[in-house]
Amino acid sequence: MKIRALAAIGAASALLLTACGSGGTAAPATQAAAPQTLTVLAAASLTETFNALGKQFETDHPGVSVKFNYAGSSDLAQQIVNGAPADVFAAASDATMKTVTDANLTAAKPVTFAKNVLQIATPPGNPKKIATFADLAEPDVKVVVCAPQVPCGAAEQKIEKATGTALKPVSQESDVKSVLSKVETGDADAGLVYVTDVNSAGDKVQGVNFPEASQASTNYPIAVLKNAPAGDLANQFLTTVTGEQGQKALEQAGFAKP
Amino acid sequence: MTTTRQPVTRRGVGLPRVLWVPAALAFAIIALPVVGLMLKANWARLPELLVSDSALAALRLSLETAAISTALCIVLGGPLAAVLARGNPPALPILRSVVLLPLVLPPVVGGLALLYLVGRSGFVGKALDLWFGITVPFTTAAVVLAQTFVALPFLVVSLEGALRTAGQRYEAVAATLGASPTLAFRRITVPLVLPGLASGTVLAFARCLGEFGATTAFAGSLQGTTRTLPLLVYLERETDVDAAVALSLVLVVVAVAVIAVTRPRGSEGLS
Repeated sequence: MKIRALAAIGAASALLLTACGSGGTAAPATQAAAPQTLTVLAAASLTETFNALGKQFETDHPGVSVKFNYAGSSDLAQQIVNGAPADVFAAASDATMKTVTDANLTAAKPVTFAKNVLQIATPPGNPKKIATFADLAEPDVKVVVCAPQVPCGAAEQKIEKATGTALKPVSQESDVKSVLSKVETGDADAGLVYVTDVNSAGDKVQGVNFPEASQASTNYPIAVLKNAPAGDLANQFLTTVTGEQGQKALEQAGFAKP
Repeated sequence: MTTTRQPVTRRGVGLPRVLWVPAALAFAIIALPVVGLMLKANWARLPELLVSDSALAALRLSLETAAISTALCIVLGGPLAAVLARGNPPALPILRSVVLLPLVLPPVVGGLALLYLVGRSGFVGKALDLWFGITVPFTTAAVVLAQTFVALPFLVVSLEGALRTAGQRYEAVAATLGASPTLAFRRITVPLVLPGLASGTVLAFARCLGEFGATTAFAGSLQGTTRTLPLLVYLERETDVDAAVALSLVLVVVAVAVIAVTRPRGSEGLS
């Protein structure tokens, strides 16, 4: 019994190993010139937009493959500070970019390429009829926000201060996607997320605009990293993002102009 | 599953030397990351970081919820182990694989599963909300439920192993002397498997204390209500790495203390 199970595990891991091995070598083999890889670390909220831009970039630059690593900005900043090899960093807040510039790891001053504002997300149909930011403070509304330690939470606190409306959230999540998922499942009546999150969630949530949102917009800075293995390409990618093509894609996803 | 004990290994006489190399490596894999944590710690700021409101609230919540969840594991998991080991339930292999599920599933998946059961849209949760106005997510009860879910298999597996190893000879003798099943269970079975129960309890408590994924997916994160130590560590890491490391050390200390103090000497031989 035991031996057979062990053998099965062994066979499975061997399969896995070979699968990984062949997967890794397949992509760059077609190009005659030395294949080049551009590694971009980007905030999770940029996933859809940057994937599209990356595909276009690969088409425009034959022989180049763009590798993305999406995660929370502060995680990525920590990875860069701890020596992760990468060419470009696109963060979802100035504070996380500052971690990297403070460590003197950017090749040039970061450029703001987009802005994001908060929006109220409600389950489809908006069962609690939320129309304003003040509605979120109603006692029978279960509202979920980001914790003040993360950018979306910092923005939310700023709005609370500006409007004088104190919210009593039932949960302060550690990232914006967790807020979104609590709204999607219907366990929260409302959540404060970015406009782009509401857009990417499709019809699983409903967005409610509120004018105070503009008082706390979040900057998205991008920078080429100092030890970038593909420095030239990195600069070109940065130009793509800040240029017309990139701006159009970002606008489609719901980002505001810088 | 019964193995004959080899007394020679006790003194290390019969142990091949070559085993020491992978053994040392295994130990290093476990111990060195903790050393890394300690080296990273900002010892000067440690006291201040550990007595902050958020840290104390999280520590308290963690200990309380882990204690309640462990108690639930004993009260519910103990009988489950007994039924699995002695009750000859139908479809035992299937039952046992279901019991082991939380060990295999990523905790986040467990949290989502709980959410789809007792969350507002889940079939049990919907009924609770409609009939009693009770909503489980975002409450301390949700934390306890998440911890119990992930920790139950630890207790059930250790205890079931202990029950099987102990055998039923003494109970059989007791029955011939006229003891009822309840009396025999209480006076013979329970004392016999106490070491197994104790080690299962320690494992379950430790697992509850470290629970993160299911809690964050199911219960949310609010100071004093649902934000246990692991959730606070994850959050603090965003802005204050020193605080995250300090809190991690607290978890390490509590876990080591619990294991060292409560692990009974007799349990080493059992599962």
